[in-house]
Amino acid sequence: MAKTLDKRIIGDFTAAGVDFVTSVPCKQLAGTIEVLDQTPAITHVPSNKEDEGMGLCAGAYMGGMRPAIFMQNTALGVVVNTLATLIQFYQIPLPMLISYRGEVGEPVACQVEMALHTKAILNQLHIPTYHFHTLADVEELPGILAHTQMCKKPVAILTDASFWRAAT
Amino acid sequence: MIRNDVLKTLLPIIRDELVVCNIGAPSQELHALDDQPTNFYMLGTMGLSSSIGFGLALAQDKPVISIDGDGSILTNMATLSTIANNPRDNFILLIIDNGSYGSTGDQPTYAGRKTSLAAVATACGCDHVVEVDAAQTAAAVKAALEARKMTIIVSKCDSGNVQVPVIDRNPIVIRERFMEAVEA
Repeated sequence: MAKTLDKRIIGDFTAAGVDFVTSVPCKQLAGTIEVLDQTPAITHVPSNKEDEGMGLCAGAYMGGMRPAIFMQNTALGVVVNTLATLIQFYQIPLPMLISYRGEVGEPVACQVEMALHTKAILNQLHIPTYHFHTLADVEELPGILAHTQMCKKPVAILTDASFWRAAT
Repeated sequence: MIRNDVLKTLLPIIRDELVVCNIGAPSQELHALDDQPTNFYMLGTMGLSSSIGFGLALAQDKPVISIDGDGSILTNMATLSTIANNPRDNFILLIIDNGSYGSTGDQPTYAGRKTSLAAVATACGCDHVVEVDAAQTAAAVKAALEARKMTIIVSKCDSGNVQVPVIDRNPIVIRERFMEAVEA
């Protein structure tokens, strides 16, 4: 069931002009994905894998849309080449709303393994990275989305279990 | 006929259309044969020609032809289900199926053995899938453009490449030039 926070996040995306979103689901993102499908201003095309999704986003951008991808942090193990050779090489602005699994509050031990590598991978790729840990952090979202378009880079918004648990 | 021969037959049909071309030899051969601002050359990222072209078709109404290869489709095969379930009649996926990884030394792919990409596309739910011999490819692309129906074309051709230079254009120049052509 979508919460006020989910609606606020999607509202910030639409206000920033984002009109194309692809997603690979995560339990933490279920509410936002639910709101996506109720938002006529956004074309939502689910993808099977995140590198495929970034291909869709690159095409949508070249067709005049403003894309974003919603995915889990484990996907960073999939998309390193695509980020470097497509999104960064061709300078395509791409906000990535990422569920940051494996942080405090995580029930599944295996998720911690990729959490350990998440910021290291993003740092290695020189991707601007923002970590939403408390509910107030969401205030930064409109600025981050504008920044993404300005600099034409992939930008990571990591959203952890504490952030989502605080949601109403 | 090898891929380069098929591309030559396509030139009069695709010259003014939006084309997203696969990494490596396909983009290099197309670039050498007939560089056009309506061509988007992939310089990296194996497997995503289909997805980039489909994203472009979703975003605007002009016809889009993704030229892909059998090896690249095998790399990103699940995108056929994305394409099938979100059909766009301005999208044509042309799979040049030479049964080999042409850019890396013509190693055989499974598509050249038991796997039928046309059957995969059909099983994924694509409604219009045609498999043609290399010589019939241009006619199939022309027919798909005229029908204005989303079509997956599998063109069976021989393995082999021609010697052409790598593309040394700046990627952002390629992208911006292409986006101007999309908007024009």
